[in-house]
Amino acid sequence: MSVQFSPEKLDKINELISHYPEGKHKSALIGVLHIAEEEFGWLSVNTMDYVASLLKLQPIEVYEVASFYSMFNLKPVGKYVFEVCQTGPCMLKGSDQIIDYIKQKLNIGVGETTEDGMFTLKTVECLGACGYAPMMQMGKFYKEHLTPERVDQIIEECRNNSARNN
Amino acid sequence: MSKKLLLDKINVPGIKTFEVYRREGGYQSVEKALKMQTGDIVEEVKKSGLRGRGGAGFPTGLKWSFLAKPEGVARYLVCNADESEPGTFKDRYLMEFIPHLLIEGMITSSFALGSNVSYIYIRGEYDWVADILQAALDEAKQNGFLGKNILGSGFDCEVYLYRGAGAYICGEETALLESLEGKRGLPRIKPPFPAVKGVWGCPTVVNNVETICAVVPIINEGGDAYAKIGVGKSTGTKLISACGNINKPGVYEIDMTISVEEFIYSDEYCGGIANGKRLKACIPGGSSVPILPANLLLKTAKGEPRLMNYESLADGGFITGSSMGSGGFIVLDEDQCVVRHTYTISRFYHHESCGQCSPCREGTGWLEKIFKKIETGKGEMKDIDLLWDVQRRIEGNTICPFGDAAAWPVAAAIRHFRDEFEWHVLNPEECLVRNFGLAHYADALEAVTS
Amino acid sequence: MPEEQEQLFTITIDGVTIEVPKGTTILNAARQIGPSVAPPAMCYYSKLEGSGGKCRTCLVEVAAGSTKDPRPMPKLVASCRTEVMDGMIVKNVTSEKAIDARHGIVEYLLINHPLDCPICDQAGECYLQDLSYNNGEVGTRYEFKRRTFVREDIGPYIQLHMTRCILCYRCLMVADQLTDSRTQGILLRGDASEISTYISKAIDNDFSGNMIDVCPVGALTDRTYRFKNRVWFLKPVDAHRDCDKCCGKVTLWNRGEEVFRVTSRKDPWGEVQIIDGKAAWICNTCRFEKKKTDDWIIDGPTKIDRHSVISTNHYVEKVIPPDPLKEVLFGREPLLLMDIQETSEVNSQDIDLSILPGPATSTTFIERDEQKEIEEADAERLAINDHKKP
Repeated sequence: MSVQFSPEKLDKINELISHYPEGKHKSALIGVLHIAEEEFGWLSVNTMDYVASLLKLQPIEVYEVASFYSMFNLKPVGKYVFEVCQTGPCMLKGSDQIIDYIKQKLNIGVGETTEDGMFTLKTVECLGACGYAPMMQMGKFYKEHLTPERVDQIIEECRNNSARNN
Repeated sequence: MSKKLLLDKINVPGIKTFEVYRREGGYQSVEKALKMQTGDIVEEVKKSGLRGRGGAGFPTGLKWSFLAKPEGVARYLVCNADESEPGTFKDRYLMEFIPHLLIEGMITSSFALGSNVSYIYIRGEYDWVADILQAALDEAKQNGFLGKNILGSGFDCEVYLYRGAGAYICGEETALLESLEGKRGLPRIKPPFPAVKGVWGCPTVVNNVETICAVVPIINEGGDAYAKIGVGKSTGTKLISACGNINKPGVYEIDMTISVEEFIYSDEYCGGIANGKRLKACIPGGSSVPILPANLLLKTAKGEPRLMNYESLADGGFITGSSMGSGGFIVLDEDQCVVRHTYTISRFYHHESCGQCSPCREGTGWLEKIFKKIETGKGEMKDIDLLWDVQRRIEGNTICPFGDAAAWPVAAAIRHFRDEFEWHVLNPEECLVRNFGLAHYADALEAVTS
Repeated sequence: MPEEQEQLFTITIDGVTIEVPKGTTILNAARQIGPSVAPPAMCYYSKLEGSGGKCRTCLVEVAAGSTKDPRPMPKLVASCRTEVMDGMIVKNVTSEKAIDARHGIVEYLLINHPLDCPICDQAGECYLQDLSYNNGEVGTRYEFKRRTFVREDIGPYIQLHMTRCILCYRCLMVADQLTDSRTQGILLRGDASEISTYISKAIDNDFSGNMIDVCPVGALTDRTYRFKNRVWFLKPVDAHRDCDKCCGKVTLWNRGEEVFRVTSRKDPWGEVQIIDGKAAWICNTCRFEKKKTDDWIIDGPTKIDRHSVISTNHYVEKVIPPDPLKEVLFGREPLLLMDIQETSEVNSQDIDLSILPGPATSTTFIERDEQKEIEEADAERLAINDHKKP
C-alpha cells in the first residue's frame, strides 16, 4: 500500500521546510509527522518511510523521533481519542474517578478502543490545564472541568457528530 | 491590588486582534527599541533585574549578555513555550488570550539580540493555541511588524512557530534545541552552553514566554521603573498559576511583595480553600519543587511571614523552604493524601524521563514502583528509606536538571510527611480507603522545624 | 598557533599531579596516570566522536576548579566530558561522594540487567561485571519485575539481546561514523528505550561487526561464536592478513589450532587500538569469514594487561595492575558474596561425590550415609519416569 500526501499538504510541508536554514530540513520532521497524522490518523511504517523519503532522511531517524514523542500514535486509534490527564493537580480534583467513569461507560480499559472503533481511552501526564481540572484532550481541543454528566454529554456529541458526517 | 504589567489589558474585548491590541498601546516597545542601540536594550533588561520565568530564575539580562557574536554566524532567539510542569499553565493563558504581547516581546528581543529568524517552540498539545498565535503572527506581518525592513529600520525579522509533540523534557533548553533540529529531545551535555553553541551550532538564547512578554513593559517604561516593583532581587511582576483545592483556580499576576497567606486566602486571588476545608500542604512552584506543610508554608522557620517571591519561598533552603520555580501553585486540602499525590508526580517523571543517562532512566521507574507499592498498602518500613536512598543518588548525578526535579518532590514528601508514609505501611487496608488527615501540619510551627 | 596547542595544564587527580595539553578531558588525564586513578567508563569511547556523558559511572568530584578560580564544583562532573583547567584538583577514588554516587549508578544499571552471566558470551570480558565487582553492593534492593525484550537477529552475524543493554549509544555511533547508513536506532524513551531496527531489518554493512567490539555488555554478540566457548578458555593471538577493506590487524581467539573468533585489537581500556595513527577497526570479512589459521599470519601472543579473567593462567609475563578495590572500600577487604562450601550441601567438603552411584540430587544428602534412602530416591525417580511413559 502506498501513501501520498495531497498537493495542499505538500505545499504546507514545503512551507515548513522554508522556515529553517538551508540543509536543516530535518527540523521540519515533527511538523510533517503532525501533518501525516492529521491525514492518515496514525503513523504506519509505510507512512513513516514516505515521510523519510520526502525529507531525505534514513527511515530509522523517523522511527526514532516518532516513538520518542508521546503525541504520535504508532498504532491505529479510535475516531475520538480521550486523553485524560492523571497527574497530581488533576488527581486532587478527582481525575481518578473520571477515568473510572469513562472506563465503565465505554466498557473499555485504558489504552483500548471500543469495538465500533469510535473511542479510545488513554491516560496522559500533565497537559497544562491544572487550574481547569479534571480535564482531557480530545483531538485539537481540551475538555475541561469534567464531571460524569459532562463526560456523558461529550460522548453523546461525538456520536451525533459521527452520525451526521456519515 | 497588585500592579499589572502583563495582564492589565487581558479583559479588553477583542485584545486578541492586532487592531485592538495596537489601539490599546501595543507594539510601542518595538517602535521604541528599533530606535535604540541593541546594547542599550540589553542594558535596560539588566537594570530591570528580570529573572527567567521558566523556573530556574536566572537573570535574563546576564543571559543575553553571554550570547556569543562571532562574525558571519547567525544568532537565534527561541521562545520556550513548552510549558509542561504540572501545576503551571500561565504561558498558555498569555498566548491564548493576549498573543500579540508575546509577538511584540519576540520582535523587540530579536532586535536586541540580533536574531533575524526566531522560533516559538510551543508544546504540541496546545494545538488551538498554536492556531491563535499563528493568526496573530500573520496579522503582525501584514501590518509590517514582521518581515523585511521592519518600520523602515532596516531590521529583518521572521518569527516561526514550532509545534512539539509531547515531551516534558523539551522544556529543558538544550533538549528543546535538539527537538527544534527535528531530533529526539535528549538534553545536551554542557558546556558548550546554547549562548555559544545552540541550535544548528549557532549562538542561541532560549527564554520562557513570560520572560519575553516582560521585556515589553521593561522597554516601554524603562528598566529602572520595572526594578522598583517588587522587593530585593524579585523585581517586577510574576504570573502565578494557582490550582488544586482552592476556590478560585486561575492565573494571577502579583508583584512579589504579598504574603503566601494573603495569596491563598484573599478574595482577590485564590479565595481560600474550597468547600470550607483546611489547608494541609502546598507545592508553591510547580511539581519539581519541594512540598511544604501548611505551617512552614505560611511562615518561615524563623517565624516570619512567607512572601510570594524568590528569596522568601526559598528561605530555609530545601530543609524548611521551597522555591518559586515556574509559579505553579498547587494547594492540597486536608482530604488529600500526600503519598498518593507524590506517587502521581513520580509517575509523571518516570513517564517523561528521556532515558539518556542511567540514574534518571532507571531511578525514576524504581521510585514510581516503590510509591505504588506503598500507596496500594503493600509497603514496608524499609521502602521509605529505600525511596530516600534512590532519590538521593539521582539528585545531582544526571546530565540535566530533570533528575533533580524528579528527586526533590520525593525528598520533601518524606522529609515533611514521613509519618504519613509510615501510617500507610502500618495501616495497609485503611490507607486504601481513607487518608492520613491533617495531623500536626496545621499546628504551631515548633512541631516540625527540627 | 603551534605554541597555543603546546599549552600544558597541570591537574592533580587523587594526589597525583600530571601535565596534560589543553583540551584533554579529566578521564583521559587520569588514564595517563594509570588504572589506579582512572574512573570507569561504560559509555565513553575515545575513538567515537560525541560518546560519553550518559552512563555517569565516571563521575568525579572537582575539589578545585582551577588556579584562577579554586572553588569546588557544586556537583559531581562526568570526567569523560569535562576538560581540565590549569590547577584543577580532582578526587576520584579518594572522594566519598563520588564513590557513593558510583555505587548508586551501578545499582541503577543492574536493576534491569539480567543475571544471566553464566550463559552470556560476554562474561569474562564484560565491563558491567568489572564495574559491579569494583563498585557494586552485595545483593540488590530491587524487588520488582525486570524489564525484558525479545532477542533479535540483526543480520547473519550479529545478535541483539536488548535485555542486557545499558544504552551507552556506542553502537549507534559506530553505525553513524564507520558505516554509510544507520539501520538501528533508539526507540521510545525513558526506561522503555530500546535499540532496535523497528522493522526487524538486517544490518548489512562491512563494518557493522565493530558494534560487537564496542558493546560494553553482552547486548551485541557475535553469532558465529555464540555458545561456542568461554573467553577465558581461549588463547588470544595477534595476527594479520592483507585486507583491501580494513587494516587486517586482529586478535584471534584460539583453542588449540582452531580459531573460535576474531576481534579487533584492544588497548588497556578495552578500546580498539590505534595502529599507524588510526583506530584499527576491522571489516566483517576479517571478523566473520576468516576462521582458519591458514588465513592469517601470526604475530605472537596478545598481551593482556587488564586485570581480567582472560589473563588468568595464560602467560608468565602477565602484568597485573594494582587492585584499587581496597582503596575503594576504604581499606576494607572485599566481602565474599557467598561461601559455596557453607551454603551448598552438595559442595560440602565431607562428601566424596565419587562414591555416589549415579548423579547426585538434593535428596541424596539428607541422610547421606544411608544407601537405602538413595535407593528409595532412585526408585521414586524411576516411578515418576514410568508414569510419564506413554
